[in-house]
Formats: sequence, structure tokens, C-alpha cells
Amino acid sequence: MSSIAINGGANRTAAFYESVVGKKAVMAATGFVLCGFVLGHMAGNLQVYQGEAKLNHYAALLQGLGGGLWAIRGVLLLCAVLHGWTAFQLWRLKNDARPQPYVKKASIATTYAARTMLWSGPIIGAFLVYHILHFTTGGAHPDFRAGEVYRNVVTGFRNPAASVFYIIANILLAIHLYHGVWSMFQSLGVNHPQYTPKLKLLAKAYAWVVGLGNVSIPIAVLTGVVGASVK
Amino acid sequence: MKIILNIWRQRDAKSAGKMVRYEVPNASEHMSFLEMLDVLNEELTRKGEDPVTFEHDCREGICGCCGFMIDGVPHGPQRGTTVCQLHMRHYKDGDELWLEPFRAKAFPVLKDLMVDRSAFDRVIAAGGFISVNTGSAPDGNALPVVKKCSDMAMDAAACIGCGACVASCPNASASLFVSAKISHLGLLPQGQAERDRRAMRMVMKMTEEGFGYCTNTGECEAVCPKGIKIENIARMHRDYLKSAFTYREESQAGGAG
Repeated sequence: MSSIAINGGANRTAAFYESVVGKKAVMAATGFVLCGFVLGHMAGNLQVYQGEAKLNHYAALLQGLGGGLWAIRGVLLLCAVLHGWTAFQLWRLKNDARPQPYVKKASIATTYAARTMLWSGPIIGAFLVYHILHFTTGGAHPDFRAGEVYRNVVTGFRNPAASVFYIIANILLAIHLYHGVWSMFQSLGVNHPQYTPKLKLLAKAYAWVVGLGNVSIPIAVLTGVVGASVK
Repeated sequence: MKIILNIWRQRDAKSAGKMVRYEVPNASEHMSFLEMLDVLNEELTRKGEDPVTFEHDCREGICGCCGFMIDGVPHGPQRGTTVCQLHMRHYKDGDELWLEPFRAKAFPVLKDLMVDRSAFDRVIAAGGFISVNTGSAPDGNALPVVKKCSDMAMDAAACIGCGACVASCPNASASLFVSAKISHLGLLPQGQAERDRRAMRMVMKMTEEGFGYCTNTGECEAVCPKGIKIENIARMHRDYLKSAFTYREESQAGGAG
């Protein structure tokens, strides 16, 4: 009846992903997990304001999860890879869909955040790699001491170049969330005159909270509010 | 009043095009935008030049034929209006405007400001229909329809298929058009029988035709001359996701065949 065969099993999954709606659903579902993580990660990190003992204890608690920690890391890594890979494919589709650009094009409804999702995303991705090398594995940290999280944070952020990169990346993350947090609901089919305006408000609040929370830490270290005890 | 126009001129689908500058010294505020172009074309014809090709039919804002970009916005600056219903009173003497065709891989330029939108027809043919017995009219109210649903279906059915949504979308996505068609049939009882197949096939077809994806920028909704809402796009995603998980092939069971 139609040129589009709808089969079972693996073909069905492939056909789902083949469509532009399927890809957007993958972006939304993985984005949902990742934005849940960034909020939790920020909330955990704010313990830096409660002192060295508190933060190091929290870090030890996470390390103590053992296999559970690796399971969580596995899920997050899978989501990040799927989010990035699908974004890459969507970026190619976008370029294919309009091979000849406009001489003059105006945007009348698009927000800055929505326009720059494809820019903020990869920069945040690159930042993520640096962030893991900096504070998790220590490869990019000049004076990394395993288990001494508080000390590592303070000495790491005393380098203004590192702090500036963190601040820029987290502002971009906030901008990414500003569009992403409501957009993922729309992509998964949630839109209602009652809820959508509230979801847009939630996205704004989410972006501000995560952005301010994360950016405050390097600023607190650079200004000496945090880490005065660390020599 | 004098209007300066920079118009995309392209001989045919294969040629490269370029912007060409024209002046319309005798435009009147009473003219519609297309009438102003008619005046330009009369002048070009008189001079033995090739007139500017643009598509138009009813000039009443209901057929969906007209449409091109004015200063980077489909159908121009006035909201809820097709270009044929845009009038020169919104411009002033000496204004300089840029006119371009809708641009998308799925909308190849045929000539000047005219594009081939038959990709829309192929998307409709893939699933934008219902199967009912034709014949005498059914009894009124034989099939109960919820008022709210009929209102939403009618709002979606206002889509005239002009393609402004594709033109304005940063990703050249046809989501607003396709979702309007999916909504206008899927919200009514007559549309239920094929609802899952419709979403699958139309979404697959629009992907196949080379339209992009929706990034929820809302640009389409802002320029739509018929005020179609992106709420419909969410409904399309919902229908597609649901059918992706629940779709079943037709079987010989139940005495079929």
C-alpha cells in the first residue's frame, strides 16, 4: 500500500530512528537524563560552601557506591554519546535541508538559546572532556591529589584561565538548558495551553539555578570566599 | 510612492540565480503587494525584458499559491497575512525590499520567486486521507464529535499549504504543515481508523522528501498566515511515538482476507 514498509524487531527500531521525529525523541529522552544529572551534580557541588570535610565526605560517599557508580556513569555516558551523535546527524540533515542559504533571513520568534543549540552543545561537550580530565582523573590538573576533592577544586580554580573556561562553559550550559528543558517536552509530544507556558518558566528557572550555582564556584575560589584554608 | 526592490532572478531550476535591483516609481498605497509587482512586470514587458515570475491564484489569502520572502520573512511583515493580502500602505516612499523564493531542498526553485511545492502533495498522498464510503450524506449527528475536538481540527484545517513554515524554519522542516494535516484528521472520529499509519507514513515521507526536523523555535508559528500552532507538532510527535511502539501489521485473523 505504501512505499514505507513497517516491519518488526530491529527494522522497526531502525525505521523509528530513521525519521526526523524519532531522532528528536532520542535527543529529548537523553536530554532529560542529562539535565537531571546537571542539576544533581550542581546541588552536590554546592557542598563546597560547607567546607572541606563535607565535600570530601560527599565525594567518598559517591566513590563508595562502587559498581553502582559505574552503572550511573555508564548510563550518563550512553546518553551523552547518543545526544551528541544524534545532534551530529541532525546537523547534517539541517545542512542538507537548505543547501542554498537566504540572502536575507530574519528571525522573528527564535530565541538566542534556540538558535545556538548546535553551537553551545559541542562546546559543552568539549568542556565535559576537560572537566573529567581536570577533576575526575586529574590528567589536566597541575597538582591533583586523589580523594582530596576540596583541595583539587580550590587549586584548580585558582588558575584564572581554567576558571574563565568553566564560567563560559557553564553560561553556555545555562543557555542550552533555557531552550532544551522545555523543548524536550515538546519533542516528546507534551504541549498543552495549560502546561507549556509553565514548562517554559521551569526551563528559565532551571537555567538560572544551574547556571548561577555552577558559575558561583570558580568565582568564589578566585575571590577567596572558598578555599582560604588551602595553601 | 517609489519602492526599490532587490529580486531573486533565476532563469530555471538548473541555472544559478542572483539578486537584481529594480525600481517601481509609481506604486500606490492602494495596491496590493502583488499588484505592485504586476506594475513592475508591465514595465519589464514593455521594455522587452523577462517579467518576474511569482505564483498566485485567488489573491484572497485562501488558496495557498502565493508566497515568497520579503526581507527574510515569508509573506512579509504583517502577521496572519499571505503576500497577496499585504498592501502597499504598510510601506513608505523610498523603502528598499529584498524578495527571495522560499528556500529548501524539498522546494526547488522553478523560476525567480516560484518554487515547486509538490513535495507537500506527496506527503499528503502518503497518509493525509481517510477512507470512508462516499454516497449520500450521512445523518447529521449520527457520529458524535466533541466540540473542543472539532474546534481544534478546524483550526488545524485552516492550513492552506503555502509552505511559509518550511521557508521560515532554520532547519527547513515541514513539521507545522504535516502536523496540521495529521491533527485535522486525527482529532475527528473519521480519522481514527488510519491514525497510526498516517503519522508513521507522513513523518517517514517528509523525512524522505528532504525536509528538516523541528527544533521548537516557533518561527513557523509566527509567520503562518493561518495562525497554525506548534501544539500540532507535539500532537504529531505523540501520534508518531505511540504508533512506533504499538503499530501492528494487518493480519488474516478475525476473518479478514
